[in-house]
Amino acid sequence: MSLELRAITKRFGGLVANDAIDFAVADGEIHAILGENGAGKSTLMNIVYGLLQQDSGTISVDGKELTINSPLDSLAAGIGMVHQHFMLIPVFTVAENIVLGHEKTGFFGKLDLATAREEILRISQEFNFDVNPDAIVEELPVGIQQRVEIIRALIYDAKVLILDEPTAVLTPQETDELLNNLKKLRESGRAIVFISHKLREVKAIADKITIIRRGKVVGTASPSAEQSELASMMVGREVDLKVDKEAAKLGSEVLNVQNLTIQDHTGRTLVNNISFQVKAGEVLAIAGVQGNGQSEVAEAMLGLREHVAGSVKVDGQEIIGKSVVDCLDLGIAYVPESRELDGLISSFTIAENLVLDTHMSAPYSKFGRYFPDAVKKVAQERVAEFDIRAQSVTDTASSLSGGNKQKVVLARELSRPVKLVVVSQPTRGLDVGSIEFVHERLVAERNDGKAVLLFSTELDEVYALADRIAIMFKGEIIAIVEPSISREELGLYMAGVSLHAEVSA
Amino acid sequence: MKNNQVISVLAKKRSRNLKIMLALTLISFVLFAYLPGESQDVTFNFVLGDEWVIIQSWVIGSKIGAYSFSALSALFLVFAFLQARKGNKLGVSALAYCLSVFIAFMCWAAAGAAISVTGLLQGGLFLAIPLVFGSLSGLICERSGVINIAIEGQLLAGAFAAGVVGSLTQNSWAGLLVAPLAGALISLLLATFAIKYAVDQVILGFVINVLVIGLTSFASQRILTTDAARWNSSPIFSTIQIPILSKIPLVGPIFFSQTIIVYMLYVIVAIIQVTLFKSKWGLRMRAVGELPVAAESVGIDVNKVRFRNVLIAGLVAGLGGAFFTVGSSGAFSRQMTAGMGFIALAALIFGKWTPLGAVAAALLFGFADQLRTVLSITGTPIPSEFMVMVPYIVTIIAVSGFVGKVRAPASDGIPYKRGGSH
Repeated sequence: MSLELRAITKRFGGLVANDAIDFAVADGEIHAILGENGAGKSTLMNIVYGLLQQDSGTISVDGKELTINSPLDSLAAGIGMVHQHFMLIPVFTVAENIVLGHEKTGFFGKLDLATAREEILRISQEFNFDVNPDAIVEELPVGIQQRVEIIRALIYDAKVLILDEPTAVLTPQETDELLNNLKKLRESGRAIVFISHKLREVKAIADKITIIRRGKVVGTASPSAEQSELASMMVGREVDLKVDKEAAKLGSEVLNVQNLTIQDHTGRTLVNNISFQVKAGEVLAIAGVQGNGQSEVAEAMLGLREHVAGSVKVDGQEIIGKSVVDCLDLGIAYVPESRELDGLISSFTIAENLVLDTHMSAPYSKFGRYFPDAVKKVAQERVAEFDIRAQSVTDTASSLSGGNKQKVVLARELSRPVKLVVVSQPTRGLDVGSIEFVHERLVAERNDGKAVLLFSTELDEVYALADRIAIMFKGEIIAIVEPSISREELGLYMAGVSLHAEVSA
Repeated sequence: MKNNQVISVLAKKRSRNLKIMLALTLISFVLFAYLPGESQDVTFNFVLGDEWVIIQSWVIGSKIGAYSFSALSALFLVFAFLQARKGNKLGVSALAYCLSVFIAFMCWAAAGAAISVTGLLQGGLFLAIPLVFGSLSGLICERSGVINIAIEGQLLAGAFAAGVVGSLTQNSWAGLLVAPLAGALISLLLATFAIKYAVDQVILGFVINVLVIGLTSFASQRILTTDAARWNSSPIFSTIQIPILSKIPLVGPIFFSQTIIVYMLYVIVAIIQVTLFKSKWGLRMRAVGELPVAAESVGIDVNKVRFRNVLIAGLVAGLGGAFFTVGSSGAFSRQMTAGMGFIALAALIFGKWTPLGAVAAALLFGFADQLRTVLSITGTPIPSEFMVMVPYIVTIIAVSGFVGKVRAPASDGIPYKRGGSH
């Protein structure tokens, strides 16, 4: 079966997310769509899947034009999708998730799960998926959850399988398994659309590559193309993601974490007894697959978490039990994982966001009176220094692009006298230009003698910045290694395989 | 290296609960047993009518009773402590503990009087009926992802409609028939504004309650009271004795000597408990209440499911409203639901958003309310103002985290918009 898109256009207000996109995939073929975050890949696939409707353009399957108004239409046409954020109900069992929307009922409307269980086991065996139909989805590792989505598509007889950034949440090992499974699916005669911004994976799996930039198809390439060539097509200019970094000049110890344990309010242990130190002038990267306790550790660095035990000392001063303001006063800069939710107040102006931490002191406030003009003046300096692209500092933060939002957060956090810089997923969802800026800035802070604690799930970022790498798995630091470690070895650690754990001080 | 500083939130909670239990035992010993006072006999009666086996009344001296049951509670406390040491749940021993403290309390509070245990439980069930209806209405709404603060309004509308129609037709069945429709009408308001126009659901619920209270009070004053014989004197359902079952000692008079509305409630509870977890309807309800975008992605029309379920919830609560008029008194009076809709909401939360849990919580609240009435009649050392507070104190204690892990449906109260991710 073949899927063909012709001149698909979709606008959100003034933004053209998809501009006359043509795309086709045939059975037995893996066709990759390569593009940066925000290039319009997900929008395109959500249109195909019926979650969004195109403004113009046509979708045809096997040469027949289709109107797709809801996921029901695309499912009926044999199109299945594996979403970036899994479309699974976390509290349901695998079988319940699979039947949802296609329930068969028996006597008095009683739900029939038995047939679904058999089907799941059949497909699970055929592709060696190892999925238990009665497991609760939220208790499964993400790699397995993704297989549940694939199984669902197969049960509903999808001939075209769309995978939207399928590797974003996987360990390197899980990624390899996924790629192998996709090859098996290709052999079974299915057409596969593989959406990604990761060059390495696209080259490894695709038969054809279509590159999208700013909502437009900018070209196609074969998988034998050079990575640098693909990267420059994707970004629109030459890119070199290597950050120039001189050797670390280590200073005294700034951050000392001892036996840190964090629980959630139900008593589940999220972080288990971890210890590490960061010295002035070095970047310690905490790597790991998302959801292994990194976010909680990052939050604990600023006193944002309850139910914390152990010790976190900054310059010898204990911060556990201290308020957030006290932590800030100790000289901690903090760039949270979600800039929209925790980094900024979207409805405030850029200027206001730039002084969220210092607005109560001079020159912004005196005797409880607030001076907006002083704020504006400083804001203009910061906007220039951090290259924040905004019409005016009095625009709301919500009007900025992701990259510029992140620059506002960095500008605020790094404009105080700080000793420790804690950054969490600093480049998630950013375009390449902003990534370069953020990386250079972080290296500059390190060279300036600050201790940098980086939490990242992106291996490229970890390798680009880290002086040492700590790997977290299931709430524990299972190793602290030098950045000379190979990707394969690092991947094994991230999957929880304990090698000869050499801990360097 | 083992971290001996490790705190466990659960263990903390458990130790806090144990401390509270210890405090209660001490209060029980001192207040109920030790403090000076004349020991009088307390009589507990278990018979209401003509059950098969007549259970003998049980007479005990108030002092000896308070002492022995305080001691028993101390024993269960030790059990609970040992359980906690092993890291087990306190469930059974905590329940036994509560019961012994309660009996010690009753020995003290009812000294010199006779308490009809069967009557107490029967009255508790009576007061719990609207709560159960209300909490099931809340359950259907909130499991679907719509917060239902308007239970009070739904109950009141049902009570009003049943009373008026029952009076006009002089037929209690006609009243019973329109009550659910009145509840559904209130739900229609809730659903339209909450789902279609995405109005804040908490504010909306309150506004609806105020509206219903205002309208029914107005109508009651201007119409019902002017010609009560015509407008406000509905025939009521008589109790139906279920053959055999109603003769079981203790249980019979409580559960099987009730009106048709109560029997319907049993059926509704059973149906909802089963369908919520084992039917297509229940599966979809829980899906749109947890992760609506996932439900949408498999072709479910989220807002349609929500809309329909909010209407069904209105039917249930409206039927519960009928209990106030055609199910018991026959006449409607202003604000006769008296905040029961809110207590029903509390029962839903206390019951962890499960049907059986909500029913158990509603029974507890109804029982606390009935206990107040019984004790104020027999006369107790406790000031009556304080007794009025009892059901609410029980509610607050219950809802404020005594029940352990509570997890609301993940998308409860969040309006769903298609393609909302953009």
